[in-house]
Amino acid sequence: MSCNILFAGFGGQGILFAGKFVAYKGLLENKQVSWLPSYGPEMRGGTANCSVIVSDEPIGSPIVSNPDVLVAMNLPSLDRYENEVVSGGKIFVDSTLISRKVERTDVDVYYIPATEIANEKGISTLANMIITGKLLKEVPMLGFDGIDAPLSKVVSARHQNLLEVNKTALKLGYDY
Amino acid sequence: MGEKVLMKGNEAIAEAAIRAGCMHYFGYPITPQTEIAAYMAKRMPKIGGVFLQAESEIAAVNMVLGVAATGKRVMTSSSSPGVSLKSEGISYLAGSDLPALIVNVQRGGPGLGGIQPSQSDYFQAVKGGSHGDFKKIVLAPSSVQEMASLTSTAFDLADKYRMPAMILADGTMGQMMEPVELPEPNAKTFDKPWALTGTKGERKHNIVNSLYLKPEELEKTNFERYERYKEIEENEVLYEEYLMEDAEICVVSFGITARVAKNAIVEARAKGIKVGMIRPITLWPFPNKVLNAAADKCKAFISVEMNMGQMIEDIQLAIECKKPVYLCNRVGGMIPSPEEVLAKIEKVNEGGNK
Amino acid sequence: MAIVFEKPKSLTDATLHYCPGCTHGIIHRLVAEAIDELGIQGRTIGVAPVGCSVMAYDYFDVDFVQAPHGRAPAVATGVKRADPENNIVFTYQGDGDLAAIGTAETVHAAARRENITVIFVNNAIYGMTGGQMAPTTLPGQVTQTSPYGRDVETVGYPVKVCELLSKVDGAAYLERVAVNSPANIKKAKKAIKKAFQNQIEGKGFSLIEVVSTCPTNWGMTPVKALEWLEENMLPYYPLGVYKDIYAEEEAK
Repeated sequence: MSCNILFAGFGGQGILFAGKFVAYKGLLENKQVSWLPSYGPEMRGGTANCSVIVSDEPIGSPIVSNPDVLVAMNLPSLDRYENEVVSGGKIFVDSTLISRKVERTDVDVYYIPATEIANEKGISTLANMIITGKLLKEVPMLGFDGIDAPLSKVVSARHQNLLEVNKTALKLGYDY
Repeated sequence: MGEKVLMKGNEAIAEAAIRAGCMHYFGYPITPQTEIAAYMAKRMPKIGGVFLQAESEIAAVNMVLGVAATGKRVMTSSSSPGVSLKSEGISYLAGSDLPALIVNVQRGGPGLGGIQPSQSDYFQAVKGGSHGDFKKIVLAPSSVQEMASLTSTAFDLADKYRMPAMILADGTMGQMMEPVELPEPNAKTFDKPWALTGTKGERKHNIVNSLYLKPEELEKTNFERYERYKEIEENEVLYEEYLMEDAEICVVSFGITARVAKNAIVEARAKGIKVGMIRPITLWPFPNKVLNAAADKCKAFISVEMNMGQMIEDIQLAIECKKPVYLCNRVGGMIPSPEEVLAKIEKVNEGGNK
Repeated sequence: MAIVFEKPKSLTDATLHYCPGCTHGIIHRLVAEAIDELGIQGRTIGVAPVGCSVMAYDYFDVDFVQAPHGRAPAVATGVKRADPENNIVFTYQGDGDLAAIGTAETVHAAARRENITVIFVNNAIYGMTGGQMAPTTLPGQVTQTSPYGRDVETVGYPVKVCELLSKVDGAAYLERVAVNSPANIKKAKKAIKKAFQNQIEGKGFSLIEVVSTCPTNWGMTPVKALEWLEENMLPYYPLGVYKDIYAEEEAK
């Protein structure tokens, strides 16, 4: 089994961080994982994105062009990738920043006002982790159990005080 | 077994180099390899090593030459346009019989090109890439794990044969993260009686040099060097065979495209097409023998590469043009998709020729 | 019989290939004497340039590496950084090597206050390739590639290396000397020795510019060349200390 995830949004939204967290979680659960960011100044289509693959089998290409799961944190990302999602796939939408609905009818869609929740709770930089919390809940291959260890890996040693607030954000998404 | 950590390919190279005893790094910023320099800048001062950002790629490779002449392990890294600037120094390293590691995290070209991944420096890497007759050992990692392990291999081979070695990666390999088990610190040491350490009044002075004004002497050094190269071609070829036992079509690909090709091969196999892959890990020495043997069994070859068809020439030479070799390529920073490779496999399987 | 004069230990027995009257021989000797007197022969590593002095590695009895054209300060940086406690590193470069193709390496080694010694031989011409215009060729000077005299309107002005580097914060010691007379040779020796002494003391980038002759490519007898140096080069390239940060500090 394999899950190809595409995280997409603006630079600064923590897209790469959220992807890294999910990849590390897979790694610590002894799955095969890969993480590939878009890089350079001219992020295509005005978006920053990263491909994450979590798999039971060795991973071939690390490039996710047809994701099983799309996490869209801004409108250009949804516009750009909506039609690339595989049939039967899942799309997670930050509904604070994306007012339109997903047009596809052959995918499961989850609308989470992640940015609004983050602002309300005073953790405005953690919309990425709120939407990731929902992602963990809805994608069986990922799962919510065991979030502590990967968090402590991706939160840098200097910022270990941010562990709890990241956990809070994940839970907010999970409970939404 | 060490713990697996999630690392970028560029960082894996840097950490593996340090573990291979490389305490000197000289570089210059260029996308998409800058993480190597950044990693070294952070780590080297803490372990008593040297990180120096040079004024140019040219200066960086010559600083490498200076350290190499003292017998210590040393490296530089860059991306395509920067490697062109280093090419003078690489020729001098080869001509002076000095071991060193040069990393090329390739991007699209020619000229300033782009910053997205590419394999279009294949010729530059394996065909010399600078003036004079010389080779360098060229290793093409296809995973972050190999970015680390082949870095270690590169230092050993460079020392063993007294010559420059290159890691030929690309932007994808440099930027992606995968679990990696870092190599144990490499304690391998090589006797280097030629190294410049100061005579200490105990021996004749050592000279590290590539100038021979007498043609018969220069010829001799070239012949001797190529004898050594022959030994490397005999003993140091690395490759991976994937589903080749019954393969009728042989895909040949290295680095990131080999991974894309693997996906396509799995799909093609599901459709009943007997296809496999030979993945060169050393691009020089090239796996001529295994390819030639495959040509006696397979009906066609497909070279999957991110350039206008460079490695394809080496495949044709390796198989002595016994079977057709088709090109499946994207360039300029574009990466072929598994679907594109699959379509090519299907076409070739049906006897189509383009 | 008492020996009153002998070859420095830091020179080999190899016969120099330099033209009759060339001042490289004198400068080699001065460098070797400095190395001998400071007792650093066993830990000195030289970096040879491209140009007439490329074969310096055969003449100095110290470890030597030959650098690509202009890159000697970068190579020296590597050698020095490989073992800064032990290695005493010097480059020996001509004007084309140091002030044209290697300008960047020179300026940045100085800017880093790289703890090396640079011996810069300025004879206003490319010698090895047969007398072409150098970055230090004087205005109006005839060379193979300035057959009508250096025309500053089209090819620009000579580069004054000591003056240029005196504005680089990292440079520690810069002195221009000449080897056209016994008195000047004595001064040159003192400067060269100080440039090595500075390195031993960890004082950083020291460059000695040695104004010298190239009788062959200037098309003069050796004696005439020395006169030409005095009459033409010294007014354009005044001798003296251009920078000595430690002397300046002491003076304060």
